[in-house]
Amino acid sequence: MTADNSFLEWVYFIWQHNWPLFLIGARNTLIIALSGTIIGFFIGVLIGIIRTIPIDHKTHPVLRTAYNVVNFILLSYIEVFRGTPMMVQAMVIFYGAAMVYGVHLDPIPAGIFIVSINTGAYMAEIVRGGILSVDKGQFEAAHSIGMTHTQTMAFIVLPQALRSILPATSNEFVINIKDTSVLSVISVTELFFNSNSVAGINYRYFEVFLITCIIYFIMTFTVTRLLRYLEIKLEGPSVYIIHGSQTVPEAQIRIVGKE
Amino acid sequence: MDKIIEVRHLRKVFGNNEVLKDINFSVSKGEVVCIIGASGSGKSTLLRCLNLLEYPTSGEILYHGTNILEQKMSNAVYRTNLGMVFQQFNLFNNLTVLDNCMVGQLKVLKKDKAEARKTAMKYLELVGMAQYINAKPDQISGGQKQRVAIARALSMEPEALLFDEPTSALDPELVGEVLKVMKDLARSGLTMLVVTHEMGFARDVANRVVFMDAGVIVEEDVPEVIFNNPSNERTREFLRRILDE
Repeated sequence: MTADNSFLEWVYFIWQHNWPLFLIGARNTLIIALSGTIIGFFIGVLIGIIRTIPIDHKTHPVLRTAYNVVNFILLSYIEVFRGTPMMVQAMVIFYGAAMVYGVHLDPIPAGIFIVSINTGAYMAEIVRGGILSVDKGQFEAAHSIGMTHTQTMAFIVLPQALRSILPATSNEFVINIKDTSVLSVISVTELFFNSNSVAGINYRYFEVFLITCIIYFIMTFTVTRLLRYLEIKLEGPSVYIIHGSQTVPEAQIRIVGKE
Repeated sequence: MDKIIEVRHLRKVFGNNEVLKDINFSVSKGEVVCIIGASGSGKSTLLRCLNLLEYPTSGEILYHGTNILEQKMSNAVYRTNLGMVFQQFNLFNNLTVLDNCMVGQLKVLKKDKAEARKTAMKYLELVGMAQYINAKPDQISGGQKQRVAIARALSMEPEALLFDEPTSALDPELVGEVLKVMKDLARSGLTMLVVTHEMGFARDVANRVVFMDAGVIVEEDVPEVIFNNPSNERTREFLRRILDE
């Protein structure tokens, strides 16, 4: 291959010779993004639940103080990780662990760790918003039939909150697929890092990154479609059809008699 | 008579606003008591204080003679004795009609599934909603939701049922089906405490009507006296206004 070959010939040539590297990169990107989103989701749910525990005048003062301390720590975590770039967090954690604790992290587990705690910080606020968006009447109705706060959360509020934050969670996943590219700074062999290697071999940056671009898009687009499908599935039908007229209750009662 | 709930010197203050001022009041077994009064008179707050959705500022709430504000009995356990029907229905949106009526029995009363289902079906049939058991709340009408909400409260087999303006959020043509269910319940001897603007219901069904204004109970008596010959000027004024409409 020489500089005289056409653009498309170069693209084809690069793919022909380097496809395993691209695919390994894509696989690692997906592994890190998926694990990071799932772990981050659970971190977020846990923190979201803790941050919506009702504290009032009836709460024991010691418990109230303990709660305030925990809340402060959680809030600091959220603010710090939302307020700094993930690329910088990766550098600090990866090289910090090596220098301060003498722990040499493997790049991929380190990548998963960084994406998880970063996603956790965002998800914590998303989950809290989801819980607060559940109508107050749902809490009152649950309390009025004797449910405790824990039961109310577990059986009534969280199922509704989690469904309402599903679009935001999908969004986090898509963002993570793209943002894992910053982990190349700590030598994680994800798609961007591998693309860079391929480009270095051939000195053909445009052709290589066009391929990379297409692979990223295929991944994010597929994920978006799949999660949208899941959302529609969970919504269910909007009408419930019975045999008989909704406006004539007598007709419905007669149908019950027949059954 | 056996008093289920008795309220003594109950006060509730929101900020600088004293919503309930020294309320003394009781409900006995088998009674149907209607609380009437203008918006903001404190009638809903009184009802919400009774099952501790609002915590009273001071005073006593006696449940069979025990002050539940002092007692160690948890709010949750106490609340299972009083069912509540809300203005906005508040059906659990994530659960089907049947599960709405079963979840409390399973999780709070720890009944087994078959028994809970049997009880739930009994009350869903009573309110005429048995054929909708698999529907989700957003698939049924307001009147149907309120009937399911009544069945949900009854499924816990409480000693008394509290109704907080159960027909106020309904379209006019749906009010009748809910009132009919409530009348049937009243005739069956259920203890009911109803905050309502339905004067016809209060007149026909109540054993006693309580008129509240500005955070105090102005007058309470049998419906014949309240509606035909009220002794207080404020009661007369309120009824004149509301019955003219």
